[in-house]
Amino acid sequence: MQKLDYLKESPSQTAGPYVHIGCTPNFSGIEIYGEDLGAVMKTGPVQGEEITIKGTVYDGMGMALKDALIEIWQADAAGLFASANETRGQADPNFTGWGRSPGDMDTGEFTFETVKPGAVPCVDGRMQAPHISMWIVARGINIGLQTRIYFADEEEANAKDPLLTRLEHQNRVRTLLAKPEGDGVYRFNVHLQGPEETVFFDV
Amino acid sequence: MTDAAPMGGFIPRDRTWQPDALTPPYKTSVKRSPQAALISFPTTLSEETSPVFGHNMLGPLDNDLIHNFAKPGESAIGPRIIVYGRVLDENGRPVPGALVEFWQANAGGRYRHKKEGYLAPLDPNFGGCGRAITGEDGSYEFRTVQPGPYPWPNGMNDWRPAHIHFSIFGHGFAQRLITQMYFEGDPLIPLCPIVGVLKSQEAVDALTAPLDMHRTVPMDARAYKFDMVLRGRRQTYFENRPEGM
Ligand SMILES: [Fe+2]
Repeated sequence: MQKLDYLKESPSQTAGPYVHIGCTPNFSGIEIYGEDLGAVMKTGPVQGEEITIKGTVYDGMGMALKDALIEIWQADAAGLFASANETRGQADPNFTGWGRSPGDMDTGEFTFETVKPGAVPCVDGRMQAPHISMWIVARGINIGLQTRIYFADEEEANAKDPLLTRLEHQNRVRTLLAKPEGDGVYRFNVHLQGPEETVFFDV
Repeated sequence: MTDAAPMGGFIPRDRTWQPDALTPPYKTSVKRSPQAALISFPTTLSEETSPVFGHNMLGPLDNDLIHNFAKPGESAIGPRIIVYGRVLDENGRPVPGALVEFWQANAGGRYRHKKEGYLAPLDPNFGGCGRAITGEDGSYEFRTVQPGPYPWPNGMNDWRPAHIHFSIFGHGFAQRLITQMYFEGDPLIPLCPIVGVLKSQEAVDALTAPLDMHRTVPMDARAYKFDMVLRGRRQTYFENRPEGM
């Protein structure tokens, strides 16, 4: 028979302990480019609610990772993406939607100064609850881990979210919820393993 | 997007081909690997979009690691090489405008990083990172010195083959990928526990760059070719989704 002529995706390899040299060189003390990419998500006055997301990535022994690289990608407050693939309208020109953090040098805690995303439809047209996509790489992680940040204070939208509602282990939904701490700060800790293991996606 | 057929969702990642999370010979994976099954769902706009990286964000030396950290008139020490290739998707189409970032040890196998303790010396003229954005045909190219192999704490005597780390950002967050490039003929490749997480010789070969004498610049730099493949999108007129999704 004929052969399908698809290529295979390049195999993933760990980002290793020195991913910050490549992806956030200024953070590593290597000043070649201007600022590190993804360090700033708001390039001017933005529409919507400005929030801060803080969190820490923990390994299976409860130790904070200090060598991770965390990226987030999200819609603006109106639910539009600042992307060439966005066909529904013009996203907020002062909001990139993309953040990248090497975590704090001493504690590993990541911080994203962003806006609360608007709702985005899924394939069948149903609305998804407001969420932020997250991608985590580090030494010891063979292929980037994908998860999502939802918001604990969006109970109504979360209760109807097509993805959250289909999780078999409903007691794990809480691992995907960022919790408000006041003053616009939300906490979203990630557990790579253990009883509080975060839900990760194959998407 | 000049393709005849509209774009569907991303083709699911082949988890039988990609490495598993838990690979005990690579010890750090043991406590950093999720144990629950990944939750599968079709890509949505959140995964099918990505930021736009313009060529205008690049500095003139961003893709020249021999000079981008060197003092004026000086250059990094080591075997001069050119690394070039294309970023394609699984359908074999070029991915233009992809952000490709790379980082590596110097020619002695030493990284410029405060947590790095290998006794090989730093090169004052070598920073170790660069970046490029692919052209219309998905191509990229950079100049560097060939990195040295280095020992690392895992087993009692584990060495990384010479390698360059790559981060690739295509047109969808679902395509996000980090990998490593190895060099043809390196005897450390089959010994390395990180290479060992790959499930087949075919996968190892997919990350091994061949020497390309046709692209080699005589009396200057050897060339290695390294193509990368990102996830593709279904192409069909019969996509089961409402307009605009
Ligand atoms: Fe490395």
